[in-house]
Amino acid sequence: MPLCTQLPASGEPYLLVASLDNARHLSSLLRAVHFQDHATCFASTNGLRVTVEDAKCIQANAFIQAEIFQEFTVQEESVTFRINLSVLLDCLTIFGTGSLPGTSTALRMCYRGYGYPLMLFLEEGGVVTVCKINTQEPDELLDFDFCSTKVVNKIILQSEGLREAFAELDMTSEVLQITMSPDKPYFRLSTFGNAGSAHLDYPKDSDLMEAFHCNQTQTNR
Amino acid sequence: QILQGNFFDEYQMEGVAREHNEIYLELVPENLARALKTAQSAKAVKMKLTNKHCPCLRVAVELPSLSSSSRIVTHDIPVGVIPRRLWNDFREPSVPDFDVSIYLPVLKTMKSVVERMKNLSNSIVIEANLSGEMNLKIETDLVSVTTHFKDLGNPPWASEDGCPSSAPDRDVESMAEARIDIKKLQQLLAGQQVNPTKALCNIVSKRIVHFILLHEDVSLQYFIPALA
Repeated sequence: MPLCTQLPASGEPYLLVASLDNARHLSSLLRAVHFQDHATCFASTNGLRVTVEDAKCIQANAFIQAEIFQEFTVQEESVTFRINLSVLLDCLTIFGTGSLPGTSTALRMCYRGYGYPLMLFLEEGGVVTVCKINTQEPDELLDFDFCSTKVVNKIILQSEGLREAFAELDMTSEVLQITMSPDKPYFRLSTFGNAGSAHLDYPKDSDLMEAFHCNQTQTNR
Repeated sequence: QILQGNFFDEYQMEGVAREHNEIYLELVPENLARALKTAQSAKAVKMKLTNKHCPCLRVAVELPSLSSSSRIVTHDIPVGVIPRRLWNDFREPSVPDFDVSIYLPVLKTMKSVVERMKNLSNSIVIEANLSGEMNLKIETDLVSVTTHFKDLGNPPWASEDGCPSSAPDRDVESMAEARIDIKKLQQLLAGQQVNPTKALCNIVSKRIVHFILLHEDVSLQYFIPALA
């Protein structure tokens, strides 16, 4: 079955067509925001944004630029739909999650528009899988109104270091306290658990720091 | 099926009677598996059917030891001896008159696909034709997924009188299909640790799927009936 961009039978073009040589790039990114079953997909000429929300208080966004895709065409201003993220991930990883050198799953994603399912064409080693996932009405998403001019402190860290820190957090603590400051301790993660309190400090000249812009001392829980 | 000549140095057995020279035993596979795990680094293994207080399969494993005397670990596995009147219940089903016979794709790929499909649906449709094409399909309210395998090849079957077992004038493009419990298929595939020498399946449309896996000198057959 050729993965070609043929117009669907009705003659209307697909609203969204995206091709990726290695579907694993997309699936590993989406897995990072997979804490709820449903996600809202928003495609524009800039790229594809996948948003996952929980109880109107947490929102995670995964954004893949159009340039990452080998082909990315959006017919209208923007295309939005809600989809089951667990199902989407199962389909994207249909050929398995282990990555052998030299093998990769090619992906073509097509969406005809409102009311139509999302079509996925995946190919690996000559075997083709076709998936049709039903889409739903997009939900209203939270707008945190994160105005960039009012930002007081901003830190960009390498995730590997943070991952180790999060893995060691004391889970008996009810809260995680985050302190950011232009003075010592610069960036501190604190927990207050049954055994006592624990502090993880990251100095501002640490190798892990990509960017450190702190103007005021702030402590939040 | 394991041929005794290929595996055992010594083999002694006497059945119920001369015309019925077989013994049917029922046991818990976990017990035998555990005993055989002990035998992984064994010098020798001896299996005996004994009847001390109750029938047991005694597996005596001689393990290598540093001292001159050898170490023997014995597992007594309780077994049930099946009386002759019930032997018919356990008769191996014969190869059915299938509609299509086809070689299976690379088991690793099939295993990955079926494992993912198991998350999405309880049943799976296997369909294949005599042109070497096989499809695995699932369909639910949420999603439908079809995986297409091509160029698999169809094994040549010949019945006693030399004619092929499936209908000779069957349209090569026409698919034979059966809907089966996906968990059973996934268990079958998960159990395959090594790549078999030959792996094929026979499909009787809407009735049963028969899998045959051949390793050097061992054959495994699975019959999975179609769901209503």
